[in-house]
Amino acid sequence: MSALLTRILGRMPIGWLQLVHNKGRLAAALAGVAFANILVFVQLGMLGAITATTVQPYSLLKADIMISSADSNTLEDGGNVARQYMLRALSVPGITAAAPIYIGKLSWQVDERRSSTLMAMALPVDAGDFISSKLRAQFLHLALPDTAIIDRGTRGGSPEIFDKITLDHPVVYELNNRQIQFVDTMLVGAGFTSDGNILMADQSFLHLFANRSSSAPSHLLLQVEEGASVARSIELLQQILPTDILRIRSLADAQADDSSYQTTERPIGIIFGLGTLVGILVGLVIVYQVLSTDVADHLKEYATFKAMGYGQPFFLGVVFEEALILAIMGFIPGILASLGLYQILEAKAGVPVDMTAARAIVVLLGTLAACTLSGAIATRRLARADPADLF
Amino acid sequence: MTASSPIIIKGLNHWFGQGEARKQAIFDVNLKIAPGSLTVLMGPSGSGKTTVLTLMACLRNVQEGSVTLLGQELLGAEENQMVALRRRAGVIFQAHNLHESLTAEQNVRMGLEVHGKGDVAQQSLAAKHILTQLGLGTRINYLPSSLSGGQKQRVAVARALAPNPEIIFADEPTAALDKESGMTVVKMLKDLGRLRGTTTIMVTHDNRILELADRIITLEEGAVVKDENI
Repeated sequence: MSALLTRILGRMPIGWLQLVHNKGRLAAALAGVAFANILVFVQLGMLGAITATTVQPYSLLKADIMISSADSNTLEDGGNVARQYMLRALSVPGITAAAPIYIGKLSWQVDERRSSTLMAMALPVDAGDFISSKLRAQFLHLALPDTAIIDRGTRGGSPEIFDKITLDHPVVYELNNRQIQFVDTMLVGAGFTSDGNILMADQSFLHLFANRSSSAPSHLLLQVEEGASVARSIELLQQILPTDILRIRSLADAQADDSSYQTTERPIGIIFGLGTLVGILVGLVIVYQVLSTDVADHLKEYATFKAMGYGQPFFLGVVFEEALILAIMGFIPGILASLGLYQILEAKAGVPVDMTAARAIVVLLGTLAACTLSGAIATRRLARADPADLF
Repeated sequence: MTASSPIIIKGLNHWFGQGEARKQAIFDVNLKIAPGSLTVLMGPSGSGKTTVLTLMACLRNVQEGSVTLLGQELLGAEENQMVALRRRAGVIFQAHNLHESLTAEQNVRMGLEVHGKGDVAQQSLAAKHILTQLGLGTRINYLPSSLSGGQKQRVAVARALAPNPEIIFADEPTAALDKESGMTVVKMLKDLGRLRGTTTIMVTHDNRILELADRIITLEEGAVVKDENI
């Protein structure tokens, strides 16, 4: 390692030699950097999980534009939209189809011990074109009243339960005091606001949610003519519909807004975001503490080097060398431990917590930046290394 | 004495402290040091000999008067000028001041690396050579913590001498050495002057080495009270 660093640095790797000389301090420093990395990775993993679970339900839909209530920030919150706007939207040139979508929450008593909160999504049975192609054929089977497709990824469910569900042998459960047949399964996944999803026809939904009306869906979905501009269609819709009470966005924008809202405005997103900052601060403090103690412990040696003719760039180089070594060596156990924690989190929380290459690179770069910043602060102590004090 | 004197001091005054605590430590010192000579600064504790040494070695800023080191004026010198001058000098401290994380050879190489002379292999060879000359051939890869006080001091001497400096400033270099080792070091400094023209300024209380000095300057209370050419 010394020879490699000598080759890279073009000088003796004083920083590395100092670090390995005090192995106890090096181990503590690496543990500190790794701990900060784990904190950041876990927080980012959870933020990533929020985003991933937020967009999962959107993947069931196939639409270009979504009209929501002005106070709607997510798929499931906000007021309802008057269905009459659907007809007015269809009058806009380029809009080829429209469908209402109804969304509600209900509880599923999986068995005597377990219950799960499901997000129910419903569209008219003749609106199969608004369902993603992989589910369209299954959706047609929901024409029968009080039928639904249940999410295999539902937290609290199990393969034994879902494997029993087939078109030939629907399984009946009681939801909102009504017998509902699960006729098939789909894979969406649990989220932070619900344990899973069910898809049904609007009539079945309205039976389940007696206080909901067919004239007031949660959102309106629109499709535009192939090759037509979605942005232009939105402009035209905004001209004829009351934008003070409606949000008219592309489905992609609605999904992005939902993600942004979940991660930056919802308490859970803010908590994980702040957690990331805390992780970075912990890393900064630990590395600063290690480096500044190291500089303080070697002031006499540094003063000697100053007396020998070494200039400030040399000392800055030594401190930054230490900072970068700590960053890289601390990152390795940090990411390995985080990969293990991600698996545990995924298994226990039932949400997708994936390590992406982009996240790993961002955290590594962040670690390098944080360690460099800590090193820059620690170098202030170098000014105290006065060769005249050696006499 | 010619203009090629490595050190010329004129009207040097120096103070420590500020305000009411400000106290003058050096009073109107004037010196010219001959090239290649071994000059000893003597005097009781607090006489100002180490202060004069550090001012000459540009380890302390000159406040009043003139100090010319290797042809460059130190009064008002910029930091980068002082750094460049320090590279042309070698400093031996009373305390060895070795880097605890570096082996004897690496400590000596630090004295060579600052000059950028040669590659790692050449520096390593030069470091081993001088350590062997100072009787440390079997201690080359030892850390300072595994060396005796005398051995550490010899490593520090090797570190100062390895880059062949034009001038050497030594503060009690033999204090931690036995008589034999002390004489070896001083003879080596004397030989450097004779063979390479290296000038040595040494602060010492060690009467054993006075016989090797070319000049003995005695300071008391910050002023030169005796200046003898031997």
